[in-house]
Amino acid sequence: MKILICISHVPDTTSRIKFTADGKQLDKQGLQFIIGPYDDYALARAVELKEAHGGTVTVLNVGTAETEPTIRKALAIGADNAIRIDAEPTDSWFVARQIAEVAKDQGYDLILMGRESIDFNGGVVHGMVAEMLGLQAFSPVMMLDVVDGKVKMAREIEGGKEYLEATMPLVAGCQEPIAEWKIPNMRGIMTARTKPLEVRAASDETKLTTHVHFELPPPKGAVVMIDPSNPEELIQKLVEEAKVL
Amino acid sequence: MSVLVFVEVADGQIKKSSLEAISYGAAIAEKANTQVIALVPGTISGYDLSGLGAYGADKVLHAEDEKLNTQGIRAFGTAIIQAMKSADAKFLIMAKSSLSDIIGARVSVEMQAAIATNVSGLPEINGTFSVPRSIYTGKAFGRVELSTECKILGIRKNAVSLRNDDKKAIVEKFAISFADNDFAASITNVEKADGDILLTEAEIVVSGGRGLKGPENWQMLEDLAKALGAGMGCSKPVSDLEWRPHHEHVGQTGVKVSPNLYIAVGISGAIQHLAGVSSSKVIVAINKDEDAPFFKAADYGICGDAFEIIPRLTKAVKALKN
Repeated sequence: MKILICISHVPDTTSRIKFTADGKQLDKQGLQFIIGPYDDYALARAVELKEAHGGTVTVLNVGTAETEPTIRKALAIGADNAIRIDAEPTDSWFVARQIAEVAKDQGYDLILMGRESIDFNGGVVHGMVAEMLGLQAFSPVMMLDVVDGKVKMAREIEGGKEYLEATMPLVAGCQEPIAEWKIPNMRGIMTARTKPLEVRAASDETKLTTHVHFELPPPKGAVVMIDPSNPEELIQKLVEEAKVL
Repeated sequence: MSVLVFVEVADGQIKKSSLEAISYGAAIAEKANTQVIALVPGTISGYDLSGLGAYGADKVLHAEDEKLNTQGIRAFGTAIIQAMKSADAKFLIMAKSSLSDIIGARVSVEMQAAIATNVSGLPEINGTFSVPRSIYTGKAFGRVELSTECKILGIRKNAVSLRNDDKKAIVEKFAISFADNDFAASITNVEKADGDILLTEAEIVVSGGRGLKGPENWQMLEDLAKALGAGMGCSKPVSDLEWRPHHEHVGQTGVKVSPNLYIAVGISGAIQHLAGVSSSKVIVAINKDEDAPFFKAADYGICGDAFEIIPRLTKAVKALKN
């Protein structure tokens, strides 16, 4: 089985986000970057599928040179080789075009990624890639198995789950609990250093959207504490003051 | 030209979030001096679709085909693309759901249309077209410009208030010609809790954390939620421990909610959880630990024993409703 796994390089989930004073870009000072958590689930599942069925896992990232430690981590977790498209991933269409170009005619059975990146939260790259390649896309996929050449999936829907069957090749946007995150072991880290990481230039420069300004939400006012011996006061305040009941 | 709104239907009922999408579409149509067309897929039970006029729709295209009663991702995309072409739609508006992003992505490629998801407010139109959207999982906002003539917007809950226009929409049947592969994926089973208020649709959410000590203690939260007409949520540890199903997990890697009122019980308030709830209008934290970070993110707090406080709140809400 040939799997392409697309990862984003994003600030750690515990990060406090800040922007430069002009509101034009993220202030990266002091931020730790990680494999996007949803992508990390997809990667873990890809490695499990490879262990069960054989094949290869190729990791793909659209990013500048600073993402290479993140890509090496994916190699340490179990991907076989990596491709980096040397460009800033600022637009979903642009990123999808790069992925589609890499995947075109390469015979990938599964193209997996997270349901969304946790920086821009667009959630549309998987669907775009599928449409550009003429494949089916599924998201958010919380279970994925390959049985007798068929892909069995569960998709999270409002208030429950939907179980699906489809044929390969396909594209899936993944989320927990599709697999447990894998922590690279020492052997993985050592071998990752010598696994191939190919850098390519962007194949198409078209962008359809531009984030022109960033800002933080207005600060919250101070919390109003209510005496625990009189919790009924909360209901009264929600009715009279907050007017939400 | 026109503004097309994709309306989602669950169990024969139109989702409230889709009514908000119609009202959002109406705000754009007013500025662009054009009409709002709502595309409704599948069977509708006991509702006169002309009533969508009150929320801002001028016309309803009802794609009655029973095949659209299930969540066929491709089939919905096909229906939207055909409706957009037939109505010369330059905007597609959808409410955020488990389907909206992936359908929007397909339509974006087919129509060569820029897409913005998680849109949190109305657009600014002055030479360029831009919308505010929630980014970094609720930790920040970005303003994004869409540069194509045709545009797709996925709006999140509470991005706009519901209109109450004094008009009826014209309802027309709309036939879709499906492609062979629109139903290539087969839905083998659907597991869904019956009668629950959906978390993403709820105006009020009651959420529980590890402070409740075990799944057997959820009954009192359910009682409170029922009294309030609220949806149920939980923290990531609670879903990881399988005390509650995964679709109730609220936070960075779970469901993001923006209700009018979010009540967190026994949840400490880790930054990953707060990311998923920060755009709620009013937040209440109930925790016995006075240093719980949730109190810094909340509008109202009670530091005390949830097992004593929650039943009293339920009683007070019932008294209020009576």
